[in-house]
Amino acid sequence: SRELLVLTYGALVAQLCKDYEKDEDVNTCLDRMGYGIGVRLIDDFLARSAVRKCHSYSETADVIAQVAFKMYLGVTPSVSCSSAAGNEFSLILDKNPLVDFVEELPAERASLCYCNLLCGVIRGALEMVHLAAEVTFLQDRLKGDPVTEIGITFLRKAEDRKHKRN
Amino acid sequence: MADEALFLLLHNEMVAGLYRAAEQGEGENGRCTTKLESMGFRVGQGLIERFTKDTARFKDELDIMKFICKDFWTTVFKKQIDNLRTNHQGIYVLQDNKFHLLTQMSAGKQYLEHAPKYLAFTCGLIRGGLLNLGIKSIVTAEVSSMPACK
Repeated sequence: SRELLVLTYGALVAQLCKDYEKDEDVNTCLDRMGYGIGVRLIDDFLARSAVRKCHSYSETADVIAQVAFKMYLGVTPSVSCSSAAGNEFSLILDKNPLVDFVEELPAERASLCYCNLLCGVIRGALEMVHLAAEVTFLQDRLKGDPVTEIGITFLRKAEDRKHKRN
Repeated sequence: MADEALFLLLHNEMVAGLYRAAEQGEGENGRCTTKLESMGFRVGQGLIERFTKDTARFKDELDIMKFICKDFWTTVFKKQIDNLRTNHQGIYVLQDNKFHLLTQMSAGKQYLEHAPKYLAFTCGLIRGGLLNLGIKSIVTAEVSSMPACK
């Protein structure tokens, strides 16, 4: 019953567009709601998937792409590491189920990040496992790019935590 | 299925987000409920179109209500309506003893005053679905003890 989710999300974005004039406000609102969902979703995810502890950022990014996305949205984005330091990753989505019923963004909403909720969800979930990260959209199919790309930049963890684990 | 958890969380966030925005602005609570209901309305219209693409034409109102109680409710909430009552004059009462969106909230009378917010979306869902099947309706919800609702 993914249709219910997709349609509900569409109605939500439409309502937010009515409430807020500026695209940035809608984007911020979606991100904040996504964050609230993410901090709770991580519990559900860990309970259902029972993945082991990740030992590196790239492992974490893989788990997000291959397990979490597959479980909740039914698609598996491909992961690529885009920085030498190993803390920037991109999830590339060929097919984004949330935009199944959307043909194109209306002209006056050109900078709307339709799926900004996803960024908030990832950010909230990561924060609950003590990984601070910045998540943004690098490319968006709805805006004419060939694929949808989400960029995750892991920010530095607290130093003492790292030492404790070792 | 994992979808349910995601939808439940999204729905709760929507309710919380709308009310938070209303508190900051000068809007009253009534408007939030209307917004939620109209969102549910749009979703209901879309959903019912997709579900009834291949089913046969409905014979009468009662048939439509039975469809809503069984197939529609099962697809959306993974269970059927527990009880359907009617006075055969246009009033139907659907009773769900373990309403999915409320089970996580409480198992009795606690938080009762917050329950209507969470039902507004579903009321809109039903109203949208019925309108697209050709029935104009008013849908209201009543909660006396969670998680059952009418």
